[in-house]
Amino acid sequence: MILQAVADTLPLYRDFPIIGSRGAVWIAAELHLMFAAFVLGVPMFAVVAEAIGIFGKDQRYDRLAKEFTRLLLIAYSATAIWGAVLTFLLATLYPRFWAYLTQIFGASMWVYVSIFFFESFTLYLYYYGWDRWKVGRSKIVHWSLGILLNIWGTLVMFIADSWLTYMMTPPRDITPETATTSIKIWHAIMNHTWMPINIHRLIGNVVFGGAIVGAYASYRFLASTSDEERAHYDWMGYVGNFIAIAALIVLPFAGYWLGREIYQYDQSMGITMMGGFMSWLWVIQAFLIAVLFLAGNYYLWIGMGRIPGAERFRPYTKWLLAVLVIGAIVWGTPHTMIADSRELTAMGGSHHPFLGVLGVMSAKNTAVNLMILATFLSFLMYRRANTRPVVPWAKTGTQIQGAMFAIAAAIVLFYGIRGYFVEAIVRIGYSVYQVGAVLACIVFVTVIDVLLARGAESRGTIQWGKMPPRSQYALFILAVTFTWLMGLMGFARSGIRQHWHVWQVIPDTSPYAATPALGYAAIMISVCVLIFLALVGFIFWLGGLAEKSTFVEAKHVGH
Amino acid sequence: MRHHPFWQSVALLLIAYVLIVFGIPMLPGSALVPKSVVLQYMLTVLVGILIWVSDDEARWTRFKEPLHAVLVESRLKTIRNGLLGALTLMVGCFTYSQVRASVAAPPNLRSIHPAPPSQLTFRGKTISLTGLENPLRAQGDMATHLATGRRVYYQNCMACHGDYLDGQGHYATGFNPIPLNFQDNGTIAQLTESFVFWRIAKGGPGLPREGTPWNSAMPAWESFLTEDEIWAVVLYLYDATRWHPRTWGETEGGGHD
Repeated sequence: MILQAVADTLPLYRDFPIIGSRGAVWIAAELHLMFAAFVLGVPMFAVVAEAIGIFGKDQRYDRLAKEFTRLLLIAYSATAIWGAVLTFLLATLYPRFWAYLTQIFGASMWVYVSIFFFESFTLYLYYYGWDRWKVGRSKIVHWSLGILLNIWGTLVMFIADSWLTYMMTPPRDITPETATTSIKIWHAIMNHTWMPINIHRLIGNVVFGGAIVGAYASYRFLASTSDEERAHYDWMGYVGNFIAIAALIVLPFAGYWLGREIYQYDQSMGITMMGGFMSWLWVIQAFLIAVLFLAGNYYLWIGMGRIPGAERFRPYTKWLLAVLVIGAIVWGTPHTMIADSRELTAMGGSHHPFLGVLGVMSAKNTAVNLMILATFLSFLMYRRANTRPVVPWAKTGTQIQGAMFAIAAAIVLFYGIRGYFVEAIVRIGYSVYQVGAVLACIVFVTVIDVLLARGAESRGTIQWGKMPPRSQYALFILAVTFTWLMGLMGFARSGIRQHWHVWQVIPDTSPYAATPALGYAAIMISVCVLIFLALVGFIFWLGGLAEKSTFVEAKHVGH
Repeated sequence: MRHHPFWQSVALLLIAYVLIVFGIPMLPGSALVPKSVVLQYMLTVLVGILIWVSDDEARWTRFKEPLHAVLVESRLKTIRNGLLGALTLMVGCFTYSQVRASVAAPPNLRSIHPAPPSQLTFRGKTISLTGLENPLRAQGDMATHLATGRRVYYQNCMACHGDYLDGQGHYATGFNPIPLNFQDNGTIAQLTESFVFWRIAKGGPGLPREGTPWNSAMPAWESFLTEDEIWAVVLYLYDATRWHPRTWGETEGGGHD
């Protein structure tokens, strides 16, 4: 009652100078999210790298994990600062709505800060205890701290996700008339999109963390003054790129689940996102993901220049490139084309009579699945480049791998073409078969490859550090593109609430209620990306200042 | 010269341009490719070519040779000056083409697939659209419904959407964008019958607030037709085009295809 009375006396909104309340909250939320993605993603592979170091008895991975964690330490403060900025802005600019959220989620906010407290001190112990607990049982205890850090981080994210997913998909029995005191907190947390967002973000954070680490490595590589340093950061860049692209391959499945839940919750929200006002964002997304595929593969192909034995795979890369370019063209072809009146008349509408067939999902699913297969083949060639298998069934094994690629590509093409001749509800199911074929190919080919590599002879040592600078710009492009994509699709997710704070429960009656035009949104997203990258650049510089000599001898480094 | 990566790249770019701008429109049933799409395709091809020439150190070095030569070698001074002039002229022409006044309406982004409401009010009656099937499929005689739908279509829709339901009616050229082509697999073939019912009943005035301004001259037919007449014409549209309406499937919302 008291809380309600206090809430009712609060002003509905206050304004923020120049950029307005929405702009201020937008920037703070986006930057908090970007830093948070980094500090949640990096511990996941830092702990894996440390495990490889412990159980594989390979010190290089331990050093790598420590270097990841050092970046984490600085980025962690930035995350907390932007989180505080966001909280203060929400409390001061949207006081009534903030009071509403605190009335429902107050208890989870207390839990949140407690876990944040534990997370901070676990991180400090993890980083500062690195050199103290580095042998025997104490090393395992140290590694357990890394696991604990991930658990705290994941819990923190899950709690924060419940607040924002509640705004998007509040349980159906909650109406504008529902008293906040009658809403059970667990009921509000367990809303339609909570778990899909949790999973999508978990994987997305790994992708993002890998990309930012790759960019850090490329920055350090370009600034290196010795061969050892170059070799170390070349290897680190490779690992970052590998993590980012490998996790990226599974990200669309989590996204598909999230999209499906949004449709299930409210069809009109789903259509606004995919087919209506927000649909242009998906065309831009297609471009950006094509950039990711092209840049990721480009980096691998240039990297083959430093691997003895890779020259035998050179003739094939141009065909993979052809698949990627044609895939990018198909994927980026809009269903509704931007055309002037003369072109519209010639086409008989905004659908092109011939290219229109490339604008539907049958074509796009086919293109993206073939692009994933091509990228996986690039990885495989890179992996195999400097080894000569010695197992007696090596030739048969390779032929089976080739057949698996051919079968997967045939299945993808078959269902892609057949999709044009069946009704929509059947066509949707085909994407599952396409994805299934690609995933099965990836899993089985990898298993065969691991078995093939047992005891394999080396064709020569990888010359880490022998990379032209342009390869490092590919890593930068990856990081920038991932950051931009995150801002872009985050806007799509948040923007589909339109003029509601909480979808169909609490309307937004502020002057900023209207869904922003795409141009304005693009500027805001780009500003956020620029601020984030500028701050990350500063953090990279600090990372360089903090410790200069974590790199190891290049000649021992494998992949 | 034939195998020089620089000239191979130039040839590839030219071939791509010719294929996109002249090749695609020559295919049966095709049409010219809008400039926005030509630009998008050519950029993608250009990026692909740049990747190809630079992913191998030896090829990259060879690729840069002619560029380096034309910029610094004294024997190529005439070509250098010529290129400088041509480039300047091209930039000038491009700038002029962008700023000169034109009577044509500028290209616009259009959301082709507006989001339907979860329910609508039809002459005072509330109809929930989610999960809604065409009621005429479960009642009465299909031949009668189709005959009604056909009559309604020819009395009210044909003038714009055409005799062949392809959006080429008598008045079609007077509209921008032209009326919807139901024969296209990207229109009613992608939609549930309840969506088509909503669009016919509410027309242009009933389009959702987001994505405005809409360019639709479609009247709100609820003022002129009964509920059953609209459902009948929906049946007729699918029957005449031989498309099947999208079904709701296992989930209430279905997915995006």
